[in-house]
Amino acid sequence: MTKHHVTTTVNGDAVEFLCEAHETLLEVLRDGLGLTGTKEGCGTGDCGACSVTIDGRVVCSCLVLGVEAEGKAIQTIEGMAAGTRLHPLQRKFLEHAGLQCGICTPGILVAARSLLERNPDPTEEEVRYWLAGNLCRCTGYNKIIDAVLDAAREMRGADHA
Amino acid sequence: MPDTMTFTKKELRVVGTRPVRPDGVPKVTGLARFGADYSLPGMLWGRILRSPHAHARIRSIDTSKAQALRGVKAVMTSADLPEQKFEYVGPERVAVNFWHMTRSVMAREKVLFEGHPVAAVAATSKTIAEEALGLIEVDYEVLPHVIDVEDAMKPDAPLLFEDMITRGIEPAPDRPSNISKRIELKIGDVEAGFAAADEIVESSFKTAPVHQGYIEPQACLARFDTDGQAELWASSQGHFVIRALSARLLGMDIGNLRVYPAEIGGGFGGKNVPYVEPVALVLARKSGHPVKIVLSREEVFKGCGPAAGSIMTVKIGIKKDGRIVAAAGVFKFQAGAVPGSPVMNACMCAFSPYDIPNVRSVGYDVVSNRPKTAAYRAPGSPISAYAVESVIDMAAARISMDPLQFRLKNVAKPGTPTVWGPKHAHEGFAETIRALMQHPAYTTPLNKNQGRGVAAGYWFNNGGESSAAVHINEDGTVLVATGSSDLSGTRASLAMMAAETLGVEFDKVRPTVADTASIGYGHLSAGSRTTFATGIAVVEACKKVIGNLCARAAMIWDVNAEDVVWDGGCARYTGKKSGEFEPLSLKAIAVKKSVTGGPIVAEVSVNAGGVAPGFAAELCDVEVDPETGAVKVLRFVTAQDVGRAIHPSYVEGQLQGGAAQGIGWALNEEYIYDEAGRLTNAGFLDYRVPVASDLPRIETVLVEVPNPNHPFGVKGVGEANIVPSLAAVANAVSRAIGQRMTELPMSPPKILKAMNGGR
Amino acid sequence: MRYEAPRTLEAALALLSSANGQARVLAGGTDLLIGMRAGHVAPELLVDVKGITEMTSILAENGGFRLGAAVTCMDLVEHEAFAKAWPGVIDAVKLIGSIQVKGRATVGGNLCNASPAADSVPAMIAADASVSIAGPNGKREERIENFTTGPGKTALAKGEIVTSFLLPRRLPHSGDAYLRFTPRTEMDIAVVGAGVNLALDDGGVCRQARVSLGAVAERALLVPEAAAALIGSKVDAAALERLAAAASAACRPIDDKRGTREFRIKIAGVMARRAAEIALARARETS
Repeated sequence: MTKHHVTTTVNGDAVEFLCEAHETLLEVLRDGLGLTGTKEGCGTGDCGACSVTIDGRVVCSCLVLGVEAEGKAIQTIEGMAAGTRLHPLQRKFLEHAGLQCGICTPGILVAARSLLERNPDPTEEEVRYWLAGNLCRCTGYNKIIDAVLDAAREMRGADHA
Repeated sequence: MPDTMTFTKKELRVVGTRPVRPDGVPKVTGLARFGADYSLPGMLWGRILRSPHAHARIRSIDTSKAQALRGVKAVMTSADLPEQKFEYVGPERVAVNFWHMTRSVMAREKVLFEGHPVAAVAATSKTIAEEALGLIEVDYEVLPHVIDVEDAMKPDAPLLFEDMITRGIEPAPDRPSNISKRIELKIGDVEAGFAAADEIVESSFKTAPVHQGYIEPQACLARFDTDGQAELWASSQGHFVIRALSARLLGMDIGNLRVYPAEIGGGFGGKNVPYVEPVALVLARKSGHPVKIVLSREEVFKGCGPAAGSIMTVKIGIKKDGRIVAAAGVFKFQAGAVPGSPVMNACMCAFSPYDIPNVRSVGYDVVSNRPKTAAYRAPGSPISAYAVESVIDMAAARISMDPLQFRLKNVAKPGTPTVWGPKHAHEGFAETIRALMQHPAYTTPLNKNQGRGVAAGYWFNNGGESSAAVHINEDGTVLVATGSSDLSGTRASLAMMAAETLGVEFDKVRPTVADTASIGYGHLSAGSRTTFATGIAVVEACKKVIGNLCARAAMIWDVNAEDVVWDGGCARYTGKKSGEFEPLSLKAIAVKKSVTGGPIVAEVSVNAGGVAPGFAAELCDVEVDPETGAVKVLRFVTAQDVGRAIHPSYVEGQLQGGAAQGIGWALNEEYIYDEAGRLTNAGFLDYRVPVASDLPRIETVLVEVPNPNHPFGVKGVGEANIVPSLAAVANAVSRAIGQRMTELPMSPPKILKAMNGGR
Repeated sequence: MRYEAPRTLEAALALLSSANGQARVLAGGTDLLIGMRAGHVAPELLVDVKGITEMTSILAENGGFRLGAAVTCMDLVEHEAFAKAWPGVIDAVKLIGSIQVKGRATVGGNLCNASPAADSVPAMIAADASVSIAGPNGKREERIENFTTGPGKTALAKGEIVTSFLLPRRLPHSGDAYLRFTPRTEMDIAVVGAGVNLALDDGGVCRQARVSLGAVAERALLVPEAAAALIGSKVDAAALERLAAAASAACRPIDDKRGTREFRIKIAGVMARRAAEIALARARETS
């Protein structure tokens, strides 16, 4: 089977990889590039654990072929912290106990960041609907929602509002 | 367990605060390693071939073509696992039969459910492994199958085991059946109790099997050396248990298997037993390569135990004043393809919240052609509580009594007998019901098409075997190692108790989940036991270390050790000797370790008793769309007696998670089979767990009636919260539509039908 | 399996017609990749059409919109002019899976997957959209309600692909809406879907209407009887009841894991009526 040579950027860095046509971006990230922070929960786009962004659009990487990444900019959970500084969402998830087992957390953080980039001041309902594609079985979502809303508040600079 | 463990009422510095968990950062940066995240050089991918049939005899399996495929390094079948003796081992409530267990891991004579493993391969790529599965030829003789409990109990039902005689019936039946076991528990004189009742309320109920729904599919990595030693990286609720069971199934020495605990992506009882681990070990042994197996979501649904479904009948007799004088329940549980549903738990917990003089619980454990059931959060108890709390609700309505007042009037207290013998020994039930009654939600008015349901529930909680080691590092920092896997933040609660006991700051204590070669035995993180039992081991180890530190301080001061006490994180001299005896901090002693006797370490193993049960009471408000039967959960309040919340945020999270799972169970989750006995909804698209937009905020009330048998009053928090949830939702829906709903899930078609008078 | 990403429609068509085995068009891939993983489809060739400009553009045409078949749901949802003109189509597109799925899934794919429960199809039928098809024998147009012929079956001939949709010019005082019933708020497949598009005259009387139902037959249905119940009325309660009855009467659903036959029939009327009420409110708001 001939492999495709794909040139892309992952978390801002130029990356080249070889993949077979049927391999998903999720497989390429995890098995090929060793970026195991992106999780597989279902492989059918129903749980959101494999969320990454492609050119700024949040997608399930299990429903993208590796070859489709050609020329695209991929962002994964591993690129969310700015060097040694956690993203406000990451900090707020820790402060608000927004995770229990942590398997859904990378996908939820990626999806939540994508929400806040578009809507810096979402309502609770907007957060709940935006994250409807990210299943969490541990938390009942409460503390996840709290964390996202608090991060949004901080990112708006509305700490003392 | 040590008898020194008594609850302390002292002012606490760390317990009760909300620090960030020590394992948090890697979990928000993607660096935490879960079961599927481990790799080794030369690693192969393992894949499992599963039965397409619900019930069939295996005439033969030909693996030669798969074996011959380039890139395939090993193929296994049940022939690679030793036969096991047929016997039930361990306490009746959780008895294990290895004859059945080895057949669950890999089918032998028959496949008993769709998805039953029949063979496995290890190959150099996933693609080759998948291709190899297609080359394995299995000759099946398809047999008639049976899916539901009622059908499986019929005399002419297809038999899963042709020689299975029901246990627990005297004299033993002379014909085999699918009923593995009958249990009867009783106190008092039930018939006399009903005869004395003013009102009798009775109803029958049905619940569907539901899946634990952990987001991480089972995954492991195994390697096996030619000298018989093996290593396993596994995501489980107890790596010591996985080690013991895997070694037994492979016929190897426990000492030759070292299991490393991967981070676990949710378990809820579903990861207490091995599924993939023995398979990966055999493939690694046969191939000489490390082997990784990661299940697909479809395999998880089809092959890795849902919780039992049931049919139940519950009857209670009450006096006009609301006193319950008699109760009887019949609970028939689906065990799946292997005996061992949690029906005994169901029978035990069912009426436990209440003080009822005459009680009889009868349970049946029934096999059918479904995957073997697995534990799920308070296994058994939410199911029987659904039936009991529904009937309690009907009884309260019958005499026009407030449903919480009715429960409070009958609530169990210390001294109330349980149906299985011992008397209740702990407070907390009444306090929890009162806490819910006082919550503002209970008196908030409702609108049209809305209903409010309440329910209560009991869970044993658990103690048992745990080990902990405390190491004082030379700079005064502390390492706490335990053998308890961390599903939800127990590293934090254990470190907090250590920091509290030692008198040091929380961030000076670093907890770790140690592998099976690095710490003494630890039982599963299940039964709400970790913060309780492992917590006791941690505190005991800290106390032992404190004794050691005091002795070293005495040596430094050249005083009698009996004159040194540990207080506020320092050794203090309390004797009469004169001179300079400035308190010595942990750090000050630690830096002198080399001249005071070397490493400062204590390891303690316990078999913790003194368990106090969990109790929860919940309120649910719903609105039902009268035209579609759709249910919107408007409000949910969960109150639970947690004993003492070590880390309140993580405790609240447990309550919220349990309630959310209970709501899903009540409304939409179910296993749906087709005519051929095949599961039709083996994915998160059609197995409908609640999504974020389905749920309201879940309000928590932490009731703290301390357990006197734990140093900080812990009772255990993981499970009791789901026990009342199904009934709370069912009671809310029933009140909203003015019709009793007796079947779960209460999916919209069922509700609409009930609203339309059964049409 | 071979993967190709042509930059022109002609190149795509050439690839498809020269394929030896099964060739599949890859747009969003949210159905195709699942089918491939499950082993339901094993194409020899994938032709990724996302690099073809005319298939990924939203353009004004004759006062309406030309919508590329490979436009993603999120791109469509965020297209303000389209969303203003066709809020009912947007209602439907917003329901196609999660945010993540919508970031990939396309309206063309939703149609060509030919699920009877596809959300965008009843909304597009109600909107009176047409489908542009290109193939080895040139281009042709098809009414969208005639496109799907059964579960997984379409009117496409071998080598043909859907390139775009044409949505007509909006009439004055017109509005559309799509509603579906699912047990959960999100992430489900429609148990019943209903699209309604209507236009009022200056006196508030309904002059034109199209009603379409999803998940109640082997394909999405255009239900003229339901539309007839509205036309000539002021879309009052009586007309809405007639609409509901006509919608329920048009259903020929099956029992499956997502809903029972009788439930679907009942709910179809309810959804159609509620969608009509939303469409009416939108029509009254537009000049």
